[in-house]
Amino acid sequence: MGRITLEKVTKSFGEVEVIPPLDLTIEDGEFTVFVGPSGCGKSTLLRLIAGLEDTTSGHIRIDGEDATDLPPAKRGLAMVFQSYALYPHMSVRKNIAFPMKMAKVPEDEQNRRIEQAAKALNLTEYLDRRPGQLSGGQRQRVAIGRAIVREPAAFLFDEPLSNLDAALRVGMRLEISELHKRLATTMIYVTHDQVEAMTMADKIVVLRAGNIEQVGSPLELYKEPRNTFVAGFIGSPKMNLFEGPEAEKLGAHTAGVRPEHIEVGDPASTYWSGTVGVAEHLGSDTFFHIHETGLADTITVRAPGDVDYKHGDRIGLNPRMDMIHKFDQQGLRIQ
Amino acid sequence: MSTKASRSAARLMISPAVVLLLMWMIVPLVMTVYFSFLRYNLLSPGATPWAGWDNYYWFITDPSFNDAIWNTLALVGGILVITVVGGIGFALLLDRPMFGTGIIRIMVIAPFFVMPTVSALVWKNMFFNPVNGIFGNIATSLGLQPIDFFAEIPLLSIIFIVSWMWLPFATLILLTALQSLDQEQLEAAEMDGASWSNRFWYIMLPHLARAITVVILIQTIFLLSVFAEILVTTNGGPGTATTNLTYLIYVSSLLQFDVGMGSAGGVFAIILANIVAIFLMRMIGKNLDA
Repeated sequence: MGRITLEKVTKSFGEVEVIPPLDLTIEDGEFTVFVGPSGCGKSTLLRLIAGLEDTTSGHIRIDGEDATDLPPAKRGLAMVFQSYALYPHMSVRKNIAFPMKMAKVPEDEQNRRIEQAAKALNLTEYLDRRPGQLSGGQRQRVAIGRAIVREPAAFLFDEPLSNLDAALRVGMRLEISELHKRLATTMIYVTHDQVEAMTMADKIVVLRAGNIEQVGSPLELYKEPRNTFVAGFIGSPKMNLFEGPEAEKLGAHTAGVRPEHIEVGDPASTYWSGTVGVAEHLGSDTFFHIHETGLADTITVRAPGDVDYKHGDRIGLNPRMDMIHKFDQQGLRIQ
Repeated sequence: MSTKASRSAARLMISPAVVLLLMWMIVPLVMTVYFSFLRYNLLSPGATPWAGWDNYYWFITDPSFNDAIWNTLALVGGILVITVVGGIGFALLLDRPMFGTGIIRIMVIAPFFVMPTVSALVWKNMFFNPVNGIFGNIATSLGLQPIDFFAEIPLLSIIFIVSWMWLPFATLILLTALQSLDQEQLEAAEMDGASWSNRFWYIMLPHLARAITVVILIQTIFLLSVFAEILVTTNGGPGTATTNLTYLIYVSSLLQFDVGMGSAGGVFAIILANIVAIFLMRMIGKNLDA
């Protein structure tokens, strides 16, 4: 079981309030991702839940019980750190055994759980090595193994993939998602990478300056961003946001349209037009950066891979009108 | 440093320094060994006949020799224990955030900058003196019999003075080592349910192992030749209670003017230092690998 509730939780470092009063419920078995730009307080929030930082006020409940003043070890949570935080002088086996040794789990039970975790994480051959002799991905798996054997109420991940190279990151992303499906344990995952958030989460919490901007499933956030910040943050490449007469013509202060919702065509017959800047060819798709559209400095458009425009060409743009997002003066969504 | 040319160039470039250092070491060593086989006493100048192993024989059979060996080992061992244990304690305390950290750290390191003769004299006159010293005064004011440190516990007093001087060194090295410990490791251990003592034993101490090795090796080199503190406080006495090997060599060559005997003692000191070094490297040298 792992239902985590935050009630009016705040955190201040001296005079600076990093987290203004915040309410959040994470249901049992949910994969929740905290996402936001760096310095938005997402790691602090995770550390508050872990118990590595004290809350300034408010309550944290784990399965209904008040855990606000419990020390980290008593909360039944396991954490995977960004630097993995493996103990360098211990073998992989001892690293994984450490939390059980501290909890005085009997030896044969320890060994059973280690074997089980090692098998699940493909670490059986490396049990007698030291962390220094492992690759980044393997270290990451050891860190996860150390968390699994505790059989925690919830797993906390603090940007666990940011030290890995791009290819490994995709692989580990899948492994963590699979692990979640298999264990069905609550997981809270902190990242600044919205792709990780979109691909892994059941529920995404978008944070800015300690405030929750929006909570929802990945597709909810993609389809109906509550404000311009979420609109610009979720989705890759970013949503095109523009103000001015063109936006007013659509009945909004700020209007936004995603690159994948704009079609290219003959400038004579389309709604907007502009000049092609940089074209990024990915094979399957091509991203065009369009200038001089009268909307914003740059408009990004996603076109099929075989569409070929050169730098400086005139290009016509046709947005899908039903996919245009409209926001008012305060940046809030107009329904 | 991988190609053949760069390797031989490197050898050529460092050879003057190596040759110079080797001569610097070899010449005095050979002279010491040579003198140790001569009957060479400054009281009877002129003839320095060959003496064979006589100097060694008389040096070993001197009743002070045994005492000197044990005193040397007790001195080194005692100071090492006090400075390493105390150094870890001080490092742990100084690692905590507190008011006036900068000033406190400077004050802790200060004793290391005081010359051995000066600090020994300060301890002798201001602290250990049974009449004028602080400890004597405290004892008297409590109605107790003051301890005459250098008469009753001379070796322990010397150990104490030298430990006081070397404690800052150990603290400094162990503190920097402690500060290089990844905080996330400690937090991970905390999440794993380790109490403070478990975190100290399983995380901090293994992390400090290499720094402790360095402290022990460096201090041993210097502590085998403790001299000034003994000279200005006890002069090796009472009797031979605080005579270490260094002091015994000083007694034979400069108080008894017997250069040959002093040289023989010097050769013993070299052998003793090497035996201690081998033991140390065996015991803790593996910490320096990997």
